[in-house]
Parts: sequence; structure tokens; C-alpha cells
Amino acid sequence: MNEINVINLNSIGLKENIFNSLLELLRRTSTELTKDVTDILYKAYDDEVEGSEAKYAMKIIKDNLELAKSKSAPICQDTGTVLIYVNHPVGFPQREFMNIAKEVVIRATELGYLRQNSVNSINQKNAGNNIGLGHPSFHFEEHEHVNENEKNKIEIRIMLKGGGCENVGMQHSLPNITIKANRDLDGVKRAIIDVVAQAQGKGCSPGVLGVCIGGDRSSGQLESKHQLLRKLDDHNEDPILDKLEKEVVAIANKLEIGPMGFGGKTTLLSCKIGHLNRLPASFFVTVAYMCWVHRRQGIELDKDLKIKSWLY
Amino acid sequence: MSDNNNNNNNNNDNNKTTLRLNYPYTKEAVKNLKAGDMVLISGKLFTGRDAVHKHLHDTQISPVNLFNQIIYHCGPVVLQNPQTKKYEVKAAGPTTSIREEPYQWEIMRDHGIVGVIGKGGMGPKTLDGLIKYGCVYFHAIGGAAQVLAEKIVSVDNVYLMELGSPEAMWELSVVDFPVVVTMDSHGYSLHEIIKRKCDQHLKQLLDHN
Ligand code: SF4
Repeated sequence: MNEINVINLNSIGLKENIFNSLLELLRRTSTELTKDVTDILYKAYDDEVEGSEAKYAMKIIKDNLELAKSKSAPICQDTGTVLIYVNHPVGFPQREFMNIAKEVVIRATELGYLRQNSVNSINQKNAGNNIGLGHPSFHFEEHEHVNENEKNKIEIRIMLKGGGCENVGMQHSLPNITIKANRDLDGVKRAIIDVVAQAQGKGCSPGVLGVCIGGDRSSGQLESKHQLLRKLDDHNEDPILDKLEKEVVAIANKLEIGPMGFGGKTTLLSCKIGHLNRLPASFFVTVAYMCWVHRRQGIELDKDLKIKSWLY
Repeated sequence: MSDNNNNNNNNNDNNKTTLRLNYPYTKEAVKNLKAGDMVLISGKLFTGRDAVHKHLHDTQISPVNLFNQIIYHCGPVVLQNPQTKKYEVKAAGPTTSIREEPYQWEIMRDHGIVGVIGKGGMGPKTLDGLIKYGCVYFHAIGGAAQVLAEKIVSVDNVYLMELGSPEAMWELSVVDFPVVVTMDSHGYSLHEIIKRKCDQHLKQLLDHN
């Protein structure tokens, strides 16, 4: 009953299967957006006024999505930080997995799904193959299975997070007098809106926000990115946060920053908020800004480590 | 530049038509462009990002005459066809312009360019240079790497290849390359106008509830 199912990723067939599954996952992440994202982008296109700069920008965005998909080419040339999230059973060989995933990243770079995008911070040399300290970025979580069927479930998600939008993300420490943000939900709202206002179009708006209320500085950063994995059309289980998410989007879209900061109706596509406990002394609000090229996709593997289903 | 003129350039005007800027570019043609104009550019572009800007700024020497030309803040993905040896641009979206803020003013002065294309807008020093040297800042659509690469019809030359492919200065021919003028040669900046409007909205939305 408590027997652990140890997977040997180095056995010939399995290694090949997981390599191919990951490569296909990475290809799709870089070249296609998921339906929850395109639905909301197309709606944003419809909403903008004919003849406006915003409509002009959204038309190009729409055309670009179709072109990238049909050519199987990266939607944006900044293919970003490669973040890999693995939800796995007991006994999953994390280190072997990381080695295979790195080979996949190298292959994806050779095939042009990823740009040569990882630079040594001391000597400024580009690794050329996207492998280096901290890159790709791995996040493992052993799942708590509720029934026998789920016991061996392996889910892998990949996010490609561009640099322009990463640069406009922020971590506010409350209280903050300048933005009149106290340590309450109104303060949280002000802190989030402040990030949108400061970013203007620089994060390649319209964007998506992942937010974490609380935590320490680093756990807040991780959780804010983790929120970006949620489906854009889901609902927050916490009614208070669900309301806050909608309120943030409504306010942001009244600021008339618009696509690319040209002015217009859609500044924010979605906002996802989570929370972590904090110390009595700290109150962080961490906001991860994702550009309109909201690239993240996921797969569930079957017992042969082939793709069983797509998660988005 | 004017601080209180919010509605110059018909920024609230819908249904504006798209303008065209064709090669050879001239200072006169560029002077007619206003912040908020949607423009299709056909002609030459020279790519330049951090290394090119530093080079042009520090040496004041360009490997090619940039008089009346446009610099595009872009690090393209260019592949060379192994058979024909021809270069092909695989992705060519704009990169963040503000990194060139320390250099752009002097480059306008020393090299006589008529325009810059990038994303995110630039600072007050560049805006001042646009007025002084009769230039415009064009904003391309960030992230639209494939659409923009399709507008590049040929790669005509490459300079400063020693800086590495994405940093090199690529001479490109484009047709109908879509941009929006966000900073013009009369001192108007769409970025400032949008920011000011945003601040007004913020006050209303957050302080009166
Ligand atoms: S912010 Fe996003 S869309 Fe903009 S350049 Fe970076 S990756 Fe591309």
C-alpha cells in the first residue's frame, strides 16, 4: 500500500518519450497561446474603437498570433526565462528529470523555438544554449494524491516569461504613504494598481497580473508567478479575492493606458491573486506582470511518459 | 514643448487614417508627423541596439552614412541560408528603447538620422533631441516578432558584425512596416499625454470612493 513506484527515466524508451513530450510542450508554449488567453485577446481586439491606435495595435497582435502558430515560430523573439513546474508523485527522480529537461532546452534552442537568451551576469557571455546557473528555472512539487488513480500522476507546466514585462513587476511593502496604501485590502488594491500605472505600456500591455499578498520577499515572488499558471477564465475560490481580482481589472481598464500604452480600453487582460502568511512585521504585495504574450502550457503524462492530455 | 495642450494631434479622434512614410526619407516628411499618427514605413531601416548605440556615440563614426536614415531598436534573429548564403530574418520585434537614452541625442546630432523605431518610449533628453534635430520616435508593436519579420523584404547588408549577430547593424528593406508616432519633432509625447490622463483617472477612481 505504501509501496513507492520509482520511475527510472534513464531506461531507453522512457527517456526518449519524456524528451519528446517536453520538446513538444516547449514548442507549443513558444509558438501558440492557449485558448483562455486568445479568447480574451480577441475580445480586447473587438472592444477597441475602429480607427484607433489601440485597434491598430490589437490587429497586429492578432495577426501575429495566427502567423506564429501557422509557421510554428516564436510569437515574440524574446523567448524569456524558461520556468518548468513539475507536479509529481512520491519517488519521482528530480535530478534525472532536470538533466533531460536541459537537453530538451538545448534542442529547442537549436530548432529556434527558443532564442539564445541566457547570459552570465559576471562576464556577460551568452551561454548560447540557454543553460546556466538558475536557468532553466525548476519548480518541483510532490502531490498529495487523494485517490489511487491519481497516485502516479505527473503534470508538467512550462512558462516563458519575457524580460520587458519582468522588468515592470514590483514588490510593494505596506504601508506605503506615497500611494496611500495601508495594511488592508484597499491598500493591496492600491499597490497592485500602482504597478499597472507605473508600467504604462512598457510591459507590452495588455498584460496579465499574478499577485501574492504576504509571504516573505522570495516566497511572495514565487507565488506571484505561480498565480500566472491559473486559467484566465477560472474563479478564485476565495470570494474576497475573486472580487478583488475583478475590481483590479475594472479599475486598470479605466486608466486608458491601452495596448502598448497607446491609449485604449484594454490595459489588463486578467489579474490572479493568491496569499501566503506573513510575519507580523512585514506586509508585501508582490506583482508579477506578464505581457500579452502570456506563454504557458502544460501536459499530463501517461505511464509511458508520452503526452496524455493538455492542461490548457 | 507644451505642458497643457492635451488635445493636439487629435488623440481623441477615432477613425484616423494610416499615413505612409516612403524612402528616401526627408526632414520635411518627418516634420509633418504628429504624436498619435499611425504610419506604414516603406524603405530602409538600420538595426541598432545597445552595442551599436555605444559605438556610434563614442566614436562618432558610422560604418555607413546614416544621414536621413532610420535606426530600429531591434536585435533580430537572422539565419544564413547555407546554400544561397542569403540572410533571412526569422524574428524582428522591437526592443526596449529607454536603454539608449544616454546615446540617442548625440546620435541624432552627429549622424543626421530622421527617426528611431523602438518600444516603450524615451526620455526628456531624446525628446529634446527630436525637436532640435527634426526627428521622430516611432513605436512598433512589442511582441509582434512574426508580423514585423514578414514586413522585411530583404537584408541588404550587415555592419559591425564583430558585435555579434543580434547586436550588429543590419541594413533592411521593409514594406508597410507598421508603427505609431509616439514622440514627434514638435515636442509632443503620446507617452506623457497618456500618463497624465492615467494619473487623473487614478485620482478619481481611488480617492473618491
Ligand atoms: S515583454 Fe513580452 S511581448 Fe514584450 S518583448 Fe518581452 S516577451 Fe515580447
